Amino acid sequence: MSSLTISNLSKRYGAVEVLDGIDLAAEAGEFIVLVGPSGCGKSTLLALIAGLETITSGEIRIGERVVNNVPPKDRDIAMVFQSYALYPTMTVRQNITFGMESRGVPKAEQNEAVARVASLLQIEPLLKRKPSQLSGGQRQRVAMGRALVRDPLLFLFDEPLSNLDAKLRVEMRTEIKKLYRTLGKTTVYVTHDQIEAMTLATRIAVMYQGRLQQFDRPKVIYEKPANMFVAGFMGSPSMNFLDVETFADNGRASLALGNELMLPVPDAADLTPGRKLVLGLRPEHLAHANGDDLPSLPARVEVVEPTGAETIVILKLGDHEVTARFDPDGAPAEGEIIDLAVAINKACLFDPETGLRL
Amino acid sequence: MADAAYDPHATSGGARRLSAKVIVYGFLLLFAAYYVLPLLVILMNSFRDLEEISKLGLIGLPRSFSLEHWASAWSSFCVGGTCKGISPNFYNSLYMTVPATIVSTLLGAINGYILSKWRFPGAGFIFAAVTIGVFLPGQMVLLPWAFVLGKLGLTNTLEGLMLVHTIQGLSFTTLFCRNYYVSIPDDLIKAARIDGAGFWRIFFRIILPLSPPILIVTVIWQFTGIWNEFLFGVVFSSGSQQPITAALIALSSAGTSVHQYNVEAAAVLIAALPTLLIYFFGGRWFVRGLTQGAIK
Repeated sequence: MSSLTISNLSKRYGAVEVLDGIDLAAEAGEFIVLVGPSGCGKSTLLALIAGLETITSGEIRIGERVVNNVPPKDRDIAMVFQSYALYPTMTVRQNITFGMESRGVPKAEQNEAVARVASLLQIEPLLKRKPSQLSGGQRQRVAMGRALVRDPLLFLFDEPLSNLDAKLRVEMRTEIKKLYRTLGKTTVYVTHDQIEAMTLATRIAVMYQGRLQQFDRPKVIYEKPANMFVAGFMGSPSMNFLDVETFADNGRASLALGNELMLPVPDAADLTPGRKLVLGLRPEHLAHANGDDLPSLPARVEVVEPTGAETIVILKLGDHEVTARFDPDGAPAEGEIIDLAVAINKACLFDPETGLRL
Repeated sequence: MADAAYDPHATSGGARRLSAKVIVYGFLLLFAAYYVLPLLVILMNSFRDLEEISKLGLIGLPRSFSLEHWASAWSSFCVGGTCKGISPNFYNSLYMTVPATIVSTLLGAINGYILSKWRFPGAGFIFAAVTIGVFLPGQMVLLPWAFVLGKLGLTNTLEGLMLVHTIQGLSFTTLFCRNYYVSIPDDLIKAARIDGAGFWRIFFRIILPLSPPILIVTVIWQFTGIWNEFLFGVVFSSGSQQPITAALIALSSAGTSVHQYNVEAAAVLIAALPTLLIYFFGGRWFVRGLTQGAIK
């Protein structure tokens, strides 16, 4: 059973097309992450699901019900905002009960629900405080408490972690994942952070310029990106893109990188010679050549950036600049010329015209 | 308290700092005196004998002292044929000002709430149309109001003035409240809508509790504005229906050729008392409210 179905959804503000032909369906209990750069329409899509904006055309179903014209309060959803949107003049307890109060839930039931959520999120000591007396992480918890108290069909998260500092963000990310494991509720989560998307999602919807670029499991999105945008957006450091040309080398299809550098074609793809392509290589698919079967190319080390757990190395490969990920112990030194092995079978080839993966 | 620490940026000793302070405070005192002196002159005249005033002039320290001019101004001086002082007009002003202040402030808050948080097509135009009232001179609306009051049968009534002040005040109150509410995050409204709250619940439970700073500003502004208003009062009312500002004119041109300066001074001070009190007790919040943005 799917608990959220979006068909051919479009949204325009006057002449500006914000969302165009979005199709997306979440199975019950799925954690869908909408990810993309700012302005891609992901937050608008969430607002449309919540009913805070009206759709221009298309259809949204929550459960089995078409909700196009259903007001937010009747959609059986709960939402956590980027700004937390805690009511400043109310205590934490009042913030959590405000929704139940609006829906006329009896007092005893309200108290029970508050107690349950407060113990789940460990915010019991905060119930009498005002939002201004809470730290960022505590506000975040209260905002989640306000959503959790409702037990809705659908949880919506709008960049809930982006106002937290880096350390707290990672902690809360884990906590959200644990919470999701416990509750198993269908969730739609908006973020611009591709790491959050990879770690949390059962499926990721990558959006760009108002269109859905790809909607799939994180592993597929990472390894088999649908196009150059998805390939470049997901992963940090980004995938390296190299302009190449196909040619026949003794009957074997090969890729020329210029300056007499050449590589075999991955997976013996059937390519006519003389075709211009873009080769996509992830930083972790470049390494020291160590005598195995991988093809290798000479490369000059330009910059070395140790991060602790790994060392990022920028190399010059002919005219191309590429980024590679090395183990700190095996990282080359600046100025060195190394033999760079390329895991060519994990590489992606893109059509430079359409940007699509071949 | 720690002793003043050594400050390497301080370039001079105590004497020079003292002389700087003397200059600053001297200027401040001078300007304070400039604004307070007229009030003092009026206050002193309200205690002086008429004889003393006419002999020694309006400006001078009192040589005689009496509160009877205050009593006379309040309850027995003859204004326009009736000898009850200006107390009836004082009550008229109260009767007119308090409801007009409350209603125009509340309506302004609701207008501001709609224009900032429930925007609709044409909201910008309506806001511009409402605020243009801030810039229209009162003389321009005299005839239209005379016409409307006549049609409603409210000519020469305090209720009519109440209506005029309520409507005229909406431009200000709407402007104040709308600009304040704009800085309240929209996410609060969205969260409340998802929580199931409607238009009024959001207004009363979320917006109004955030409003005291701007409501205090609006109430002070409206109260002093309506209380001190003169043009509408003098045009749209007469005799027993006059607010205190109009009555002051009637009092100073009352029958006899001799000006009762001491009674007039006392009457002016009585008329100024409510707004002065509001300034003394509410001024602090007024300044704070004007400079304060919304609450995070």
